[in-house]
Amino acid sequence: MITLHWVYALAGAIFAAYALLGARERPLNAAFWALLAVSMWAGDRLGDLGNGLLVLGLVCLGSVGLRSVGRLNRGDSAVAPALRQARADGFGNRLFVIALIIPATALAGTILFKAAPGWIDGRQATLIALALGVLIALAVGCLWLRTGPVVPLQQGRRLMDQVGWAAILPQMLASLGAVFALAGVGDVVGGIVSQAIPQGSLLGAVIAYALGMALFTMIMGNAFAAFPVMTVAIGIPLLIRTYHGDPAIVCAIGMLAGFCGTLLTPMAANFNLVPAALLELKDKHGVIRQQVGTAVPLLIVNILLIYWLAFP
Amino acid sequence: MALLGIAIIVAGFLLRFHPLLVILASAIVTGLAAGFDPLAIIAALGKAFNEARYVSIIWIVLPVVGLLEANGLQERARGLIAQFHGATVGRFLTFYLVIRQVLAAIGLTSVAGHPQTVRPLVAPIAEAAAERQAGDLTDADREEIKAMAAATDNIGLFFGEDIFLAIGSILLIKGLLEQYGISLEPLQLSVWAIPTAIAAFLIHGFRLWRLDRRLRR
Repeated sequence: MITLHWVYALAGAIFAAYALLGARERPLNAAFWALLAVSMWAGDRLGDLGNGLLVLGLVCLGSVGLRSVGRLNRGDSAVAPALRQARADGFGNRLFVIALIIPATALAGTILFKAAPGWIDGRQATLIALALGVLIALAVGCLWLRTGPVVPLQQGRRLMDQVGWAAILPQMLASLGAVFALAGVGDVVGGIVSQAIPQGSLLGAVIAYALGMALFTMIMGNAFAAFPVMTVAIGIPLLIRTYHGDPAIVCAIGMLAGFCGTLLTPMAANFNLVPAALLELKDKHGVIRQQVGTAVPLLIVNILLIYWLAFP
Repeated sequence: MALLGIAIIVAGFLLRFHPLLVILASAIVTGLAAGFDPLAIIAALGKAFNEARYVSIIWIVLPVVGLLEANGLQERARGLIAQFHGATVGRFLTFYLVIRQVLAAIGLTSVAGHPQTVRPLVAPIAEAAAERQAGDLTDADREEIKAMAAATDNIGLFFGEDIFLAIGSILLIKGLLEQYGISLEPLQLSVWAIPTAIAAFLIHGFRLWRLDRRLRR
């Protein structure tokens, strides 16, 4: 059966290619990608402490060596704009067809793999289909655009070096969340918040819950981490048990109040910082700045929706 | 004491220290405050890092993006948008917002995303449309349009995905409530994601409409 481990093997191979292709130009970046390749290939055999040391290595390389990422790497292997324009005129809409192969394969694969279990791990259908889509797009791209297989890897490495250490930020923050959970940080925060609620006011309790979800999500970078804390501290004892709110409405919209917090925090790196690096924005908080105008009004709407809908 | 790690995270991000170092420092301080020995903290961090590897799989799409960009994908996006006379950045991003919300609502969250669709397609098309609307774009305008493309992807994903029954957050809510003796079906939860999804569309759509009006001047 094809599982996520096949995808890890492919990802390891691609990170290894980034490392090899960049070894001479940017040895520190190359060492960083090589460590990620090791993690993808052998992470399950390294043991917990081994993986921990690998994380330390990535942090050292990332914080010392890759600091200039995003500015220095613009030039190398980039194709001149005039040549790109000429190629664009030549290839036309083929380029879009190839670009759409990945989402189309992910879409079709998710549906087909779930319908035909046994061959492919259904729980991971989308990620496996995504990897398959990458392979198909690469094959079609190389044939149709008449280039060798090194060109996409070389160009991929250039983009990867632009993203730099931000590439592992989401994974690092997920790991930090696990340490917070081990240390019981959530219980302490929940205790503080439940003491801070004004007594006897339903609207006050709703605001405390939704705002608490958004704020704690901003700190943790993840609404999933905030939800159990806030719901156990305020949602269940106060909104559901004392004020008899509908649990489905309180929790479903409470979670979405947390999502408003996700839009506002650099801790949600994969949504907010990584795209800024990927799009080569000068302001690494530029995406968050654009999201404030939607997230804040939407948080207020969520507070009102809980208040109006959940309480008979 | 347990909150020391949170204080480090907040202070570290505000003072703009290197995020990787801030995260590591916060993990170590949090672990020490909770009475773990240093090796156990490193091991816990390593275990979690290994389990979260799927988060970093997405970088395998970069060779495809790089190949297409080297062959003129962004230039071609500009050519395409020139053919559609009514296309504006606001209308295009509103269209993408709907698609993203609908796809997420039927569980297809990884079909689009920043590396898969925003960098190769959405951002260049949005930039090309804005270029045509405003004539000449300043660097600040360009930054804003690209950031808005990424923001639109996030908003479409976040406020569509909870309508799907089997998404992680819905299952998390169900699991937590069950521990407190409240039994709910996923469908009962996911229908209540719809009002917020509509509100998100209206608020963000309104902002995109205003973006168009601002560019016209």
